[in-house]
Amino acid sequence: MNQITRQWQAVGSIADIPRNGARRVRLGEAPVAVFRTADDRIFAVEDRCPHRGGPLSDGIVHDGCVTCPLHNWVIDLETGAARGADEGAVRTIPIQLDGDTIYLCASG
Amino acid sequence: MTQDVVIVGNGMAPGRMLEHLFEAAPERSRVTIFSAEPRVNYDRILLSSVLAGAKQFEDIVIHDDDWYARHDVTLHKGQKVVGIDREAKIVTSQGGHRARYDKLVIATGSFPFVIPVPGNDLPGVVAYRDIDDVNTMLGAAKAGTSAVVIGGGLLGLEAAAGLRERGVEVTVVHVMPTLMERQLDPAAGYLLQKKLEARGITILTKANTKAIVGSGRVEGVELADGRTIPATLVVMAVGIRPNIALAQGAGLPVRRGIVTDARMVTVDPDILAVGECAEVEGNVYGLVAPLYEMAKVAAATLSGGPELRFSHADTPTKLKVTGIDLYSVGDFAEAEDREEIVLRDAAAGIYKRIVLKDNRIIGTVLFGDTADGAWFNDLKKKETDISAVRHSLVLGPNGRADGALSDPLAPVVALADDAEICGCNGVCKGRIVETIASKGLTTLDAVRAHTKASASCGSCTGLVEKLMIVALGDRYRPAAVSPMCSCTDLGHDDVRRLIKAKSLKTIPAVMQELQWRTSGGCAKCRPALNYYLVCDWPGEYADDYQSRFVNERVHANIQKDGTFSVVPRMWGGVTSAKELRAIADVVDRFGIPTVKVTGGQRIDMLGIQKHDLPAVWAELGKAGFVSGHAYAKGVRTVKTCVGSEWCRFGTQDSTRLGIRIEKFTWGSWTPAKVKMAVSGCPRNCAEATCKDIGVICVDSGYEIHFAGAAGLDIKGTEILGLVASEDEAIEAIAALLQMYREQGRYLERIYKWAKRIGVDEIRQQILGEAARRRHYFERFVESQRHAQVDPWSERAAGKDRHEFEPMAIFAQDAAQ
Ligand code: SRM
Ligand SMILES: Cc1cc2nc3c(=O)[nH]c(=O)nc-3n(C[C@H](O)[C@H](O)[C@H](O)COP(=O)(O)OP(=O)(O)OC[C@H]3O[C@@H](n4cnc5c(N)ncnc54)[C@H](O)[C@@H]3O)c2cc1C
Ligand code: SF4
Ligand code: FES
Repeated sequence: MNQITRQWQAVGSIADIPRNGARRVRLGEAPVAVFRTADDRIFAVEDRCPHRGGPLSDGIVHDGCVTCPLHNWVIDLETGAARGADEGAVRTIPIQLDGDTIYLCASG
Repeated sequence: MTQDVVIVGNGMAPGRMLEHLFEAAPERSRVTIFSAEPRVNYDRILLSSVLAGAKQFEDIVIHDDDWYARHDVTLHKGQKVVGIDREAKIVTSQGGHRARYDKLVIATGSFPFVIPVPGNDLPGVVAYRDIDDVNTMLGAAKAGTSAVVIGGGLLGLEAAAGLRERGVEVTVVHVMPTLMERQLDPAAGYLLQKKLEARGITILTKANTKAIVGSGRVEGVELADGRTIPATLVVMAVGIRPNIALAQGAGLPVRRGIVTDARMVTVDPDILAVGECAEVEGNVYGLVAPLYEMAKVAAATLSGGPELRFSHADTPTKLKVTGIDLYSVGDFAEAEDREEIVLRDAAAGIYKRIVLKDNRIIGTVLFGDTADGAWFNDLKKKETDISAVRHSLVLGPNGRADGALSDPLAPVVALADDAEICGCNGVCKGRIVETIASKGLTTLDAVRAHTKASASCGSCTGLVEKLMIVALGDRYRPAAVSPMCSCTDLGHDDVRRLIKAKSLKTIPAVMQELQWRTSGGCAKCRPALNYYLVCDWPGEYADDYQSRFVNERVHANIQKDGTFSVVPRMWGGVTSAKELRAIADVVDRFGIPTVKVTGGQRIDMLGIQKHDLPAVWAELGKAGFVSGHAYAKGVRTVKTCVGSEWCRFGTQDSTRLGIRIEKFTWGSWTPAKVKMAVSGCPRNCAEATCKDIGVICVDSGYEIHFAGAAGLDIKGTEILGLVASEDEAIEAIAALLQMYREQGRYLERIYKWAKRIGVDEIRQQILGEAARRRHYFERFVESQRHAQVDPWSERAAGKDRHEFEPMAIFAQDAAQ
């Protein structure tokens, strides 16, 4: 009965994020981290590390991954899964680029 | 049929014996060991490495608890055997444990001889025999304290070198005219003395100890000539005596040691003796090579297999002190019927002497260049007639009269297959080469594991590596440097060198030119590269903030809940009512939950929201505060004490000097954090002797210290030297910082860097060479021109706003 509603929301321009950088978008209580890689791909994941909730938007971005600032877990931005020996995954959030504008999909 | 084997003593000899026994007859023996020491079997030879800080106890364990479990060995730790009932075949330990034996092996080793002088039992007097002794020494051996080592033999000198390495002032008191007189001739003894003195060790020869003085604890050593040498630690290393009391008590015949036949059996056919406590065919031994031979023989005797017999062989002596190459074997006393060949190279500190009798080598002493030791020893063992090569003999197998540098591999190529490479374990060249080939070994560790070559004292490691090069060619990469990260094969030092050599000035340029395997590096290499470029091209390189850890990127410390902490700079730890009022106001205004005084004499405000940071800094800036860099791999704090301005003991104005140092060096990025301190007198209330850089003020000036640690490791500082004025102190400190900045590996603290480079080398470059110091200093000053910009005021003014503000904010309902 609860139909999943999808709503694309413009959150800003790609120029707002430095290459190999991230910004935080506040969606109510659930912050989202939006990433821009060196080759201008963009990703969005929930801004809470699966390990102990570290802010992934404060991590170092490299090769389609982010390294969490608190204890160095490496999260694959494409899948949200932790790389290497660590186990866990963060929720990824649909994102798209139209021109310079970044759209996030806020699902209810 | 299984037999009950009981062993008294758990040293290196019985340990080796069991390895042979389990290999030859795995099921035959049920083994029980009594060990007076409360621990497993370890490599006593490497105690000096533990003393010098190169190894930990865990690194020198030979058999761990697992091993005993695997072989079903009962090990009674900390149980000294006090009686042997040969009638009933039962031994009894101090703690009341009893064990019945079919075969008993006595392996009680030796005990250190203590000279009978007054005061020899004072606290602070130690022998050098086991790990407890090493721990006692380390406990007493704080940098800057002084120690006397009595005895200039192998053990004494290793102890002296190890203590010196720890920053202790060491005096060696030796009763004979030259050092190690039993292994070295006077010429080599003299060279050795010079070499040790150059490291700052004082050596007194012909010095007879009369008494050890002190009330309640050691305070010094009094010599027969009336001199007293102050010391808080005295190491007695004058010799060892076989431990024979237990055997004697059981009625076994003893002379110098427990008498055995060539099968290591005592007069009692069920009791064997091995190790330093045994006297086999009239000889007792104090080096492991013959003890391992005994172990092999005893194992054969116990296993009931083919009989082996012990035969005497000379063991070469080497001193395990890095940087001192010394080798001696055989008989080198002068006598009518002997000839000698000597080579000296004074400039290079090389001395070689071959002693001949009837055209055969009977003794060799090498100092400074010991590469040919094994070759000479081989000729000696085989009693080869050397008349044909006599004119070039001393130059080694590849000797050329013109002395030109020859192929470094030539000496090992020239060795015969049965030439001994590893003296401790009796491994010859052929065995190593054959094992490398048959087992397909390519690493040193693997060769050690399979052949035991270089697995004991390690002094033949170089020879073994050369053999590997000969055997494997390019397939052997000796001492492979550990790469920076998995993006490259290059180590930090190579990367740093190539950045300069190839003038690489951006991270992508480095990755391209040095063939990084990943397109954009990783979280390990990027911060390192960024630092190297910031350091090497001041003013030119555009700092890549995306390659910095969040703390450095936003100039605050991230906390576990994602909030940040802010620590403003309080120069030298001094503050004022105005500053404190400003902090109080900021705390109130931003509702900062915690305010804490830090370990570095600053005030920390914790729990600040990221987006509040620029506003907090703007407020603090109004009161004159700048960033304290509490988050940086950079210059952190300079702690001070109140010094001569207030303190009744103060010799100089330590507070003022601390503030000057901090104002001069703040803002500098360094390989790892740098913490400093200045104390006004040797009472050292600012704890300067455990800092990266410290100053102790004294009446005559400023004693500069460095390379201390008080975090993950604890280590007292090394002394750089004494300077007369504040200006000189600042110049030396800045030069030292710059040298470290240019050479340190990312995340390597000063004490680790200093260990790698050598404290003497650093001292020489900074205080010994004025021009060099000046150059480092000038490069530091140039780099500071670009570094001393307060990052907080920049950010309060709007820089990097994207770091602090969310890109967008939506209320929950807007998203639904
Ligand atoms: C605040 C403070 C504790 C306090 O409340 O007193 C502190 C707090 C932290 N220390 Fe510390 N250290 C503090 C004094 C020390 C001291 C003592 C000192 O400086 O006199 C030491 C031992 C000396 C030393 O530096 O080694 C110390 C040894 C460490 C270490 C171990 C470093 C090492 O190589 O051995 C770390 C971990 C690291 O750096 O990787 C560390 C790391 C940290 C970090 C940065 C942990 C982290 O990575 O997040 C903590 C940050 C909390 C924050 O946001 O403020 N802290 N830390 C002290 C700040 C000093 C200051 O005024 O700047
Ligand atoms: C600092 C240092 C450096 C050295 N360097 C070298 C080197 O470079 N090259 C080299 O060849 N040799 C070196 N040696 C010598 C070498 O370590 C010894 O020759 C060797 O360890 C002796 O072995 P062991 O088994 O006979 O006796 P130990 O290893 O001394 O073992 C005897 C053990 O028996 C225990 N014990 C004694 N009495 C009893 C009892 N009644 N009941 C139970 N247990 C008892 C003792 O506590 C001790 O643990 C060095 C020695 C030292 C101390
Ligand atoms: S000792 Fe230092 S690193 Fe450890 S919890 Fe305390 S402040 Fe944090
Ligand atoms: S919270 Fe991210 S690694 Fe621990």
